[in-house]
Amino acid sequence: MIAKHIDKLAPSGIRQFFDLVLGMPEVISLGVGEPDFVTPWRIREKAITSLEEGFTSYTSNSGLFCLREGISEHLNKKYNLAYSPKDNILITVGVSEGLDLALRAILEPKDSVIVVTPYYVAYPAMVEINHGRPLFLKTRAEEGFKINLKDLKELLKHNPKAMILNYPANPTGVTYAKDELKAIWKLLAKTETFLITDEVYDELTYDGRHCPFASLDKKAKERTILLNGFSKGHAMTGFRVGYACADKKIIDAMTKIHSFSMLCGPIIGQMAAVEALLAKREVQTMVRAYRQRRDFMVRELNRLGLKTNKPSGAFYCFSNVSTEAMDFAKSLLFQEKVAVVPGAGFGSEFNQYIRISYANSLDNLKEAVIRIERFLNKQNGTNQKNSGR
Amino acid sequence: MDDILEMLQSNARISIKDLGKLTGKSEKQVEKSIKDYEKKGVIVKYKTVINRDKIKGDNGVIALIEVKVMPQKDVGFDLVAERIYKFPEVKSCFLLSGTYDLLLIVEGEDIQTVANFVSEKLAPLNSVRGTATHFMLKKYKEDGVILEKKDKDKRLAITY
Repeated sequence: MIAKHIDKLAPSGIRQFFDLVLGMPEVISLGVGEPDFVTPWRIREKAITSLEEGFTSYTSNSGLFCLREGISEHLNKKYNLAYSPKDNILITVGVSEGLDLALRAILEPKDSVIVVTPYYVAYPAMVEINHGRPLFLKTRAEEGFKINLKDLKELLKHNPKAMILNYPANPTGVTYAKDELKAIWKLLAKTETFLITDEVYDELTYDGRHCPFASLDKKAKERTILLNGFSKGHAMTGFRVGYACADKKIIDAMTKIHSFSMLCGPIIGQMAAVEALLAKREVQTMVRAYRQRRDFMVRELNRLGLKTNKPSGAFYCFSNVSTEAMDFAKSLLFQEKVAVVPGAGFGSEFNQYIRISYANSLDNLKEAVIRIERFLNKQNGTNQKNSGR
Repeated sequence: MDDILEMLQSNARISIKDLGKLTGKSEKQVEKSIKDYEKKGVIVKYKTVINRDKIKGDNGVIALIEVKVMPQKDVGFDLVAERIYKFPEVKSCFLLSGTYDLLLIVEGEDIQTVANFVSEKLAPLNSVRGTATHFMLKKYKEDGVILEKKDKDKRLAITY
């Protein structure tokens, strides 16, 4: 009855764990994939005003022109990237819709798409929903979870239609410097593989400067579908505003699908996003707070013996717990009421990892560390007892 | 502002140990920075924000008093201000631009005490040309802290 390719989509085993967490009161949750900040007031205020002024209609399929203009200007100023608001920018319902549209626009059935592991859960699923096949490009902790060029070269032999590249990355916080991106592009330039870059965490870059893939050179820009949005950097997850930038042909195709399936993004979110582009200081304040928390968490997790690379962006630590992570997460939840996300959701080989989100107040993070330490001490005590017998 | 100052400003009681953990500095380094800030007068005082409305039996009042004064030759407003801020009833004293000169924040046990202060001590001063007293009815937000409403985390407890 249900379409086969949907039916076989694995409802991740992690769902059950999520239900456990959601059913438990007063948990300190380090499992949240969104900012703990409420949207800055000036942005919310703009949304309220637009409602008062009666902006409650559809917008054009491509989205408010003034928002596209604002985005064009922003990308130009910040990254020296030139996208025309008329031809190259489409406002989407979050980056999620942007990704779906990009895949729908370019994939033929059975086309393969490179997905870098550990991945954001939606990537392989979206590829399969669009009748494609994910090709997993595995990264390793000892290489800082960065793309291994040899492995990439190997996968490119399969002639993938596209590669999804997310940086700063969820769940590792890994990001790439310009030189590293150039090395990746050198391999891709020889192929016809599209790059779908999910750069939604670009504002949350703590070390170095974010470099959009499309800014490498003209050819790279032609081959890239740049996805971004306001959810993370501007703490606007609930507004559902993202955007896609690409060559006219691609944007036209994506807009065609979008005009039938979605019509347009919500106008209130779009109005608020126009204001968000001006809220530079508010973003800076949040970035500073995240950086402080990152430094604290990475130091503390490593002190506790949970091996954690220092993430350069986003707001996650991906930590090795050296044991089955689902059991670890369940015990931690039951014994100490701290929620983390077991790594298997980001790729089956990461079943000894947990994702810890530091999008939480310092007070909560401090308390969480105390609880995790107590939990680990108890675990170690039990282990020693067992091995002593 | 550096991280230590920022954290102290939001929580004056944060421990040296926690400050060290949060900033990645050793406790000795933190202690030294704080001492330096105190010596230089960057850190003036450690203060607690108290919501007096919540204290039973506390009838204390706060008044904002606008004061028009006569500036004096050579020293302008400074001497007059000094004359006024030395009263222990005056908790804060600011020189402002606009329709009046000094803004005072005065605390007293009750309305009568504040009224007496104005009529007997402040208004009679030669350099004071006029006053306007506003009693505070309710505090909503003070020093960046919202006093009544605590924001709850409205996010789902776990998401990708």
